[in-house]
Amino acid sequence: MAKTPVDEHPQKVYGWAATDSSGILSPFHFSRRDNGDEDVTIKILYCGVCHSDLHTAKNEWGFTFYPVVPGHEIVGVVTKTGKNVTKFKDGDRVGVGVIVGSCKSCECCQQDLENYCPKFVFTYNSLYHDGTKTYGGYSDMIVVDQHYVLRFPDNLPSDSGAPLLCAGITVYSPMKYYGITEPGKHLGVAGLGGLGHVAVKLAKAFGLKVTVISTSPNKETEAIDRLGADSFLLSTDAAKIKAALGTMDYIIDTVSGIHPLGPLLGLLKVNGKLITVGLPGKPLELPILPLALGRKLVGGSDIGGMKETQEMLDFCGKHNITADIELIKMDYINTAMERMAKSDVRYRFVIDVANSISK
Amino acid sequence: MAKSPEEEHPKKAFGWAARDPSGFLSPFNFSRRETGEKDVTFKVLYCGICHSDLHMVKNEWGVSTYPLVPGHEIVGVVTEVGSKVQKFKVGDKVGVGCLVGACDSCDHCAKNNEHLCPQMILTYGAKYHDGTDTYGGYSDVMVANEHYVVRIPDNLPLDASAPLLCAGITVYSPLRYHGLDKPGLHVGVVGLGGLGHVAVKFAKSMGLKVTVISTSINKKKEALEKLGADSFLISRDQNQMQAAMGTLDGIIDTVSAVHPILPLIGLLKSEGKLIMVGAPEKPLELPIFPLIMGRKMIAGSNIGGLKETQEMIDFAAKNNITADIEVIPIDYVNTAMERLVKADVKYRFVIDIGNTLKSG
Repeated sequence: MAKTPVDEHPQKVYGWAATDSSGILSPFHFSRRDNGDEDVTIKILYCGVCHSDLHTAKNEWGFTFYPVVPGHEIVGVVTKTGKNVTKFKDGDRVGVGVIVGSCKSCECCQQDLENYCPKFVFTYNSLYHDGTKTYGGYSDMIVVDQHYVLRFPDNLPSDSGAPLLCAGITVYSPMKYYGITEPGKHLGVAGLGGLGHVAVKLAKAFGLKVTVISTSPNKETEAIDRLGADSFLLSTDAAKIKAALGTMDYIIDTVSGIHPLGPLLGLLKVNGKLITVGLPGKPLELPILPLALGRKLVGGSDIGGMKETQEMLDFCGKHNITADIELIKMDYINTAMERMAKSDVRYRFVIDVANSISK
Repeated sequence: MAKSPEEEHPKKAFGWAARDPSGFLSPFNFSRRETGEKDVTFKVLYCGICHSDLHMVKNEWGVSTYPLVPGHEIVGVVTEVGSKVQKFKVGDKVGVGCLVGACDSCDHCAKNNEHLCPQMILTYGAKYHDGTDTYGGYSDVMVANEHYVVRIPDNLPLDASAPLLCAGITVYSPLRYHGLDKPGLHVGVVGLGGLGHVAVKFAKSMGLKVTVISTSINKKKEALEKLGADSFLISRDQNQMQAAMGTLDGIIDTVSAVHPILPLIGLLKSEGKLIMVGAPEKPLELPIFPLIMGRKMIAGSNIGGLKETQEMIDFAAKNNITADIEVIPIDYVNTAMERLVKADVKYRFVIDIGNTLKSG
């Protein structure tokens, strides 16, 4: 007979889970494996609330296996290490992001692209190598293979650094891969939310000129005064859009709602690149003629490998880049999810797990 | 008062033009400019029929002005050169493709990417620097600035090389630009028509493994035996498509009808590139998840610059690559257009201008 979540592993764990597609989270008892030779056990301090957590809790992508404990922007402290663990010791401040496993032998894994391994294991809602389900960071502790644990730079705060583990790497990786790091080039960031605001900060650190493209006029002051963007383009302002046609070398599109790509393509210069990192649930409209006439490109990108995620954290440590967050208690999570659905947050909720998750 | 097409220039010219969006072509008297100091004048011998000609004569893109003389796969023999022309002399075999002008001073022009210049001038249906309409190659004579003329090497037959001037460069340019030209890479070619069949030939010459993806099973034998493709996939056969998932480094999609691209994205390996060179008139549906999960790309490409066009012609000459054509007399052109709508040609019509276009 299949074991229950509480029985299947030896270590008792307490977290919050969604049990059906209403997405409502509530207290949940489950268990985690013993700390293996390659493993690191982490007491969780903080966990960012990613929009993917909401999509998964509500089964919006159609592959949720309930009960699901979300959370893949996890920061905590090492409490135990396996005998083969060399990179970490008790007391180290560490992070865990979107993946906790991969095959470790394919071409992608060998090139430090674990995120493109066909057998990668998500931090939550996936099947681990032992056949059991993975549970995420809305919980008091986690056990992870050392390869998928990241060192947190000393000067990076745990709470506002947590969102870098998904939002940060999701925009950092395509910036490196598609060459969006050349000082003086012009980047458009479509959507100013969890991903978008980090993209602005990273881009300014790379020395780019940045224009934020948004449907919300009330984000303009923030974008320019606080985040350091050079300009702000309201997508509904036809005259300003027209004036901006053909001015951007790249656009990072963080918008996860359904939106047409045509207008964004128009903003690109010839040879321009539109990189899509948002995850809309349905296909988007792509007009081909502007793509062809301007030799433009639409590329996708999905988080990043472990080596690159560490590189991104170190870069953020060096440049003092953190997310702008609203710290919440665990029992606020359902309200936070509702507010996030309406983009009512500047710009990431982070759960103060250690101080508010109680049995 | 605006001059008539016959009077606006000093050189008499004769061709076939469409007068309205029915697209019906018929004899048309017009004129061409004097051979300027940098111009090359040549007697047109052959002109390929590109699918764009069909779109334009019927105003399917909404940009046509009439009368319209189509044709941008033009080859012939030089009859006159201007005093400052250095690259050509009388008797040379030459060709003109999709462009006859650009600003010649912007960044794109400086990098030999005239086709990306915002002021590029199309061979037909556009306005030249002097404000007059450009007329294409369904005509007896062409006058073009030498910068926009390419040399056709002696070993290339003129008729079968004409389609290279549009179809050829349209597929050659993205193979080079996107690095899909390295021996051992595996590319797919979607659609086996004018563009597709030339793409297969170029890709094979570059040492690539080639899979043709098509809706028509009756193209399989040709694809494998005549064109040299390594394999053939029926796009509607789910089992075949499934088995081929994640196998292609790149895909050149030549299909201009609206079609689903999700299955094509699935065929790509991680970091694979889907290059659209056909231009469907409506937007396509782009599924985002598969693009993101494999860090894949979809890009567009449109012809190429003049330097690259010459490079392509020279590559074709070196590798004996020409188009597979059906040569037709000019008065067959309307029937050819109807057959082209139904993709009933292997794989390009070429008008025998030199022997059959005679002014009345």
